Amino acid sequence: MDFLNGITLIANYIVIPGLTYGSQLALGALGITIIYSVLRFSNFAHGEFMSFGAMSSIILSWLFVSLGFTFYPFPTAIIVLPIAIVLTISYCIIIDKVIFKFYRKQNSKSVINLIVSIGVMFFTGGLIRFIVGPGDKNFFDGERFILKARTFKNITGLNEGLTLKTTQGITIILSVLLVILLFWFLNKTKTGKSMRAYSDNKELAMLSGINPEKVVLITWIITGTLACVAGTLYGLDKSYKPFTYLHLVLPIFSAAIVGGVGNPVGAIIGGFVIAFSELIITFAYKKIFFYFLPSNFVPEGLLQILSTDYKIAISFLMLVLVLLIKPTGIYKGKII
Amino acid sequence: MSNASRIKFLYILMTITLLLVGFFQSWNVALTIFNLCLISSIMTLGINIQWGNAGIVNFGVMGFAALGGLANIIISMPPTQNAWKVGGEIIIIGLLVFTLSIIFSILLFKKSNLNNKIKYLISFAFIISGYFIMRLLVDAPIEKIEAIEPAKTGYLGGFNLPVLLSWPVGGLLAAFSAFIIGKISLGLRSDYLAIATLGISEIIIYFLKNEDWLSRGVKNVNGLPRPVPYEIELQSKEWVLKVSDNLNIPITELSSIIVKLSYSILFSVVLLIVLFLLEIAVKSPWGRMMRAIRDNEVSANAMGKNIKQRHLQVFIIGSAIVGLAGAMLTTLDGQFTPVSYQPLRYTFLIWIMVIVGGSGNNFGSIIGGFLIWFFWVQSEPFGLWFISQITTYISDTSIIKSHLLENAAHIRLMFMGMILLITLRFAPKGLIPEVKR
Repeated sequence: MDFLNGITLIANYIVIPGLTYGSQLALGALGITIIYSVLRFSNFAHGEFMSFGAMSSIILSWLFVSLGFTFYPFPTAIIVLPIAIVLTISYCIIIDKVIFKFYRKQNSKSVINLIVSIGVMFFTGGLIRFIVGPGDKNFFDGERFILKARTFKNITGLNEGLTLKTTQGITIILSVLLVILLFWFLNKTKTGKSMRAYSDNKELAMLSGINPEKVVLITWIITGTLACVAGTLYGLDKSYKPFTYLHLVLPIFSAAIVGGVGNPVGAIIGGFVIAFSELIITFAYKKIFFYFLPSNFVPEGLLQILSTDYKIAISFLMLVLVLLIKPTGIYKGKII
Repeated sequence: MSNASRIKFLYILMTITLLLVGFFQSWNVALTIFNLCLISSIMTLGINIQWGNAGIVNFGVMGFAALGGLANIIISMPPTQNAWKVGGEIIIIGLLVFTLSIIFSILLFKKSNLNNKIKYLISFAFIISGYFIMRLLVDAPIEKIEAIEPAKTGYLGGFNLPVLLSWPVGGLLAAFSAFIIGKISLGLRSDYLAIATLGISEIIIYFLKNEDWLSRGVKNVNGLPRPVPYEIELQSKEWVLKVSDNLNIPITELSSIIVKLSYSILFSVVLLIVLFLLEIAVKSPWGRMMRAIRDNEVSANAMGKNIKQRHLQVFIIGSAIVGLAGAMLTTLDGQFTPVSYQPLRYTFLIWIMVIVGGSGNNFGSIIGGFLIWFFWVQSEPFGLWFISQITTYISDTSIIKSHLLENAAHIRLMFMGMILLITLRFAPKGLIPEVKR
């Protein structure tokens, strides 16, 4: 029984939150990685694109709710997601046409593009705050839990509860679907293959008759979709605040780099590595030892490796470690 | 326009603008803006020597500025006597143990010719055990120190020295950490370097936010000593009363103007010294070498220049200048608030200043610092004014109008983004371009 309790404890506090946060990071990191491998720059504005997507979902779901459309037990934001995705994609494409295209035509260095993306980040951040304000927005409606702690305890008779929030379930399922779709697109369709060819060797791809503008357009469509879904899911799970998305962009970059920039598989792995290391390093192990060790062996204190306040700093720590030991990341990058 | 006339034109324009603020808003506001402009332009100079002259992307401005701020606490606050009795030394010893374990692993990597995997294993084991030994030593005393009057102290305190000393010490602290950060990350390509420095600066902020024994964390350190007299003292001085009578300015306003003016003088002196030294450096063979490395690393390397060493050197110098400015900023604020360090306000805004002013030109950096800080401060009232102008025809009770007015302050982020994007598109070399030598 103690053993099962311990397993439940780990599942409840590490596995489920890790999977949720990991998928959010992975979706974000995928967006950054795809921009990097096709357009060859680190897009600092990606966090704000995610925020834009979340904002679109919020406004749309308010609109739907005020018109009387609700889809119990699903949160409205999930139902309006397709429209929000279209909005985010349009925003990304407009930004690309107005701003990034100029530098692409000039073959600017990637640092210049990076600084341009900071300008876009400021602009988008301001626009979002201007539209919805800087405050906290909770836009979750529908059924809150798939599995409640008490129900779990009643069913199994264990001391430890296991909760599964609806947002967590939706996040994991939606991420898996989106990733499958993305890989199918990249590996099986002609357009996806042309995109990979372009990212592998631009000149050769253009010689073979691939239209670069079309590839760029598709890149932004994919990025916009990923950004909108990731942003909305993060907002649903943790409540939306424009400010947090600027801070989210760093763990996402860490995830992309840890996995190997430019490699989609790496981005996904990186997302989970970051998420789980954050949780594992800041988890208080006292209770686990309580279940797994005989009671007189349990040490004193909370047994945390680092205090929970350092949660986000761990992603940067992982980043620094990876850059020191293996700068190319877990999977070597630069190929989609 | 030639560079010299551009400099003249922009500097005169900036002076007039500040004077206008003085005449029409108030001299207090003008001086507040002026002081922060001075500090911003010193930070900008620090980044400019790295980016403009050596091509290094340092996104760690925030971290270095915060370390400069920390120097204020360490130098000028009185020590908490009980904290040292309870075990301040043990914390130092613990930190030493951890540092030694890291140094040992570095030495292992450099000196021994063991298999790489074994090296990783041994150094990993060493650092981990060093960390846990530190935790064993440090945890109890930290708890005790943080329990000493947590509302007032609860930290180690400082050395109770004159606060002006904290400016150079802030520079040194930043330089020292720049040495470590540079060793870790300068081998990386520009994009990675940007992200790595940004990440490390966030780690520094998290450290300062959470290590209450050092910086009181989110409880802030208030009441830092000042290098200039207090307003209350001034108000009882005879000459101040006289001037107040003669100029017909209320005594409270005059005293705060005098305080701000004395800060301005101090900051201007520092700015001029930094500018003078940097101009010498840029014009010297050293500056030529840095630019040669920036423009073509391979050929500079072939000419026998040690690129890694030179990059590290310029990274340390620039970061030290940022640290100096950060220390000055905290002195001006009179308090150290780790929460206030945001990458948007520190790192990215300073970068906008560098790009808009003109990367590679020190005079450009200064004007960039002035202009952008001025816009940053004034675009909030400007945004409000702008929105209320365009919404004049909407009735006052409408939700849209009140919503727009409520969020008008955030127009300044859009405004900053637009300034940066427009500069990059139409004047990529900035307002005052680099001098062709």
